[in-house]
Amino acid sequence: MKTETFQWVLGIESSCDETAVAILHEGKTLAADLVASQIDLHQAYGGVVPELASRQHMEAINYLIDQAMKQAGITLQDLDGIVVSKGPGLVGALLVGISTAKALAYSLGIPFLGVNHMEGHIYANWLSHEDIAFPLLGLIVSGGHTALMVLEDHGRYRLLGQTRDDAAGEAYDKVARAMGLGYPGGSVIDRLAQKGQAGSYALPRVQLKDDPWGFSFSGLKTAVLNLLNQKALKGEDVNKADLAAAFQEKVTATLTEKTLAAAKAHGISSILLAGGVAANSGLRQKMTAACQEAGMKLYLPHLKYCTDNAAMIACAGYYRLGAGLRDDLTLNAEPALGTAE
Amino acid sequence: MLILGIESATPVASVALVDEKGLLGEALLNVGLTHSEQLLPMIDDLLRQCRKSFKDITAIGVSAGPGSFTGLRIGMATAKGLAQGGGLELLAIPTLEAMAYQMIGQPILVSPMQNARREQIYTGLYRWREETVTEGGGISEIADSQDLQKIFASRQRGKKERMEAGARHNHWVLDCLIPPMAASPEAWAGRLKEIGQSVCLLGDGVNMYKEIWQRELCPLAKCLPPILGLARGSFVALAASERLLRGEKQDFYSMKPIYLRGI
Ligand SMILES: [Zn+2]
Repeated sequence: MKTETFQWVLGIESSCDETAVAILHEGKTLAADLVASQIDLHQAYGGVVPELASRQHMEAINYLIDQAMKQAGITLQDLDGIVVSKGPGLVGALLVGISTAKALAYSLGIPFLGVNHMEGHIYANWLSHEDIAFPLLGLIVSGGHTALMVLEDHGRYRLLGQTRDDAAGEAYDKVARAMGLGYPGGSVIDRLAQKGQAGSYALPRVQLKDDPWGFSFSGLKTAVLNLLNQKALKGEDVNKADLAAAFQEKVTATLTEKTLAAAKAHGISSILLAGGVAANSGLRQKMTAACQEAGMKLYLPHLKYCTDNAAMIACAGYYRLGAGLRDDLTLNAEPALGTAE
Repeated sequence: MLILGIESATPVASVALVDEKGLLGEALLNVGLTHSEQLLPMIDDLLRQCRKSFKDITAIGVSAGPGSFTGLRIGMATAKGLAQGGGLELLAIPTLEAMAYQMIGQPILVSPMQNARREQIYTGLYRWREETVTEGGGISEIADSQDLQKIFASRQRGKKERMEAGARHNHWVLDCLIPPMAASPEAWAGRLKEIGQSVCLLGDGVNMYKEIWQRELCPLAKCLPPILGLARGSFVALAASERLLRGEKQDFYSMKPIYLRGI
C-alpha cells in the first residue's frame, strides 16, 4: 500500500518548445531534471512552429522519462504521483505531455494532476529558496504573460492586473526582430543593453489611468519601431546598444515600480519574481536595488529555473497533491488558461 | 493473451479488448469530442465492464495513422504511456490496415479511404487471402512458412482440444499491395481502374467523392455504407494480435505516427 507522502513525484512539461521531465524527491531535491530543447529545430523558422513542436515532444518524451528514472536510480513503480503542465501553451504540444502523464499514472495506479504552467514558474522559487513565507506580491513575466498577483498561500492567488496587449517578453521578441537581432529576443537585448546608454534615446512610458495594476507594452514597442523607421528614412544609423538599453530601462522600470507600489498598497513586504523574463539581468538588478531601498524581501528564481522546465511543475504539483488535489482521467489541455486560474 | 486496441486517428474514439477467442468488448464514440477527454475513461470503463483489470492486458495496439494529427498523437501518447507504465508490448497499426478488417473473411481487394481534406484522400490497397494451414504439415500459399509453423504451434497450445496432426484449417491473411498515401480521388480512381479487379471501398472518403467512384469505377467498385467504414478499436486489436502471432516487435520509444504530410 502506497502512503500519500509523495516521496517521488514525476513532473512533465511540454507546453511549448521544450520537452522536460523531472523527478522531485520529498518536495525539495531534484533527483533528475532533464530538458530536451527544440530551439535548433525552430530557429530556421524564426519562431516556434506548433506542429513541429508537437511531433518532437512525441518522439522525445518516453525516452526522457526513462533517462530520468535511471538518473534518479528509481523505477516507475517507485513513483507516488505525476504532475503535468495543462496550460497555457500550444494545444498540440500540451496534449502529448497530458496524454503521457495520464496513461502513465493510470497504468501505475497513482494520482496525477494538471497544473497551470504559470504557477509552475512561481514555484521555481521554492526550488531556489528555503524560507519563503506568505503572503507575497508576485510578478509573473514571460513571453506570453505579464501579471501582478497576491499570493496568499499555496494554491491561493489573487490576480491584481495583467497586460492588456503585449506581454513583456513578447515586446522584447518583437523589438529584437525589428532591430535585426534574431530569436529569442530577450537575452539578445539584455546582453546588448549592458553596453549601451539608456539616456541616449527618449522613449515613452504608457500609464493606464483606470487600471493601476495593469500593463501595456505595445505603445513602447511601437515607439521603438517608429524610431527605427524614421532613422532609416533619414539614412541615419541607430546605436543598437543605446536603443536596447533605453528599451530595457523603460520595461524594467515599469515592472519594478508597479510591483513595489502594489506591494505597498496591499501591505505586503515580500516580492516574488517568476517567468522567463525573470532571467533578465536588468530586471533582476533594478528589482534588487528597489527592494533593498524599500526594505522588502525579494525572491528571485535561480537562472536555470527561469526557462521552461519540469522541476518547477513537479514542485507546484507536490504542494497541490499534498493538499489532496487530484485530476481524473478526463483531464484535457487548456491552451488559453489564465495566469491565476 | 489480452490485447487492448486504441483507435483515435479519425473522429471516432474507440477502444477494444481482444483475447484468443476473439472480441471481448468494444467501446465506440462517434461524436467528435476531444479524444483527450474520452480515451482513458473509455479504457477504464471497458476493463471494468469486461471484468478485467489493467494488469490483465498483455499487449497494446494503437492506430498509427494516417488521420488527424492531434487525434493520432493523443492515441499514441496514451498507448506509449500505458506500455511504458505497464511494461507492455506496443504495436503501431496503420489505420487503413485496421479499417480493412471490416472485410475479413472475403477474398477481395479493399481500399479503405479517409477524407484528408485539401481535395485528397488517405488511402491504400489491401487484399484478403485465405490460406490453408496443415497442422504439423505445411502451409499452402505462403513463402515464409517456417515462422508461421511456430506461430500456429504456439497458437494451438492454448486450445483445449488439440488438432490432430495433419488436420487442416483456414486462416485469413491481409496483404498490403499499396501502402498508405495521400492521393486525389481522380488519381486513385485511375489507379484502381488500371488494376481492373473488383474492389471494396470503405471509410468517410467513399461518400465524399461518390460521383467519382461511380463514374470511374463502375462496376468494379463496391461502395460500403458509412457504418461499415468506421475505424474501430476491435480492428486495431485484431491486427495487433495477428502481428504479434507472427512474432513482430516494435520499439515504442522511437514510435511515431504515420503523418503522410509535412508541417
Ligand atoms: Zn513558461
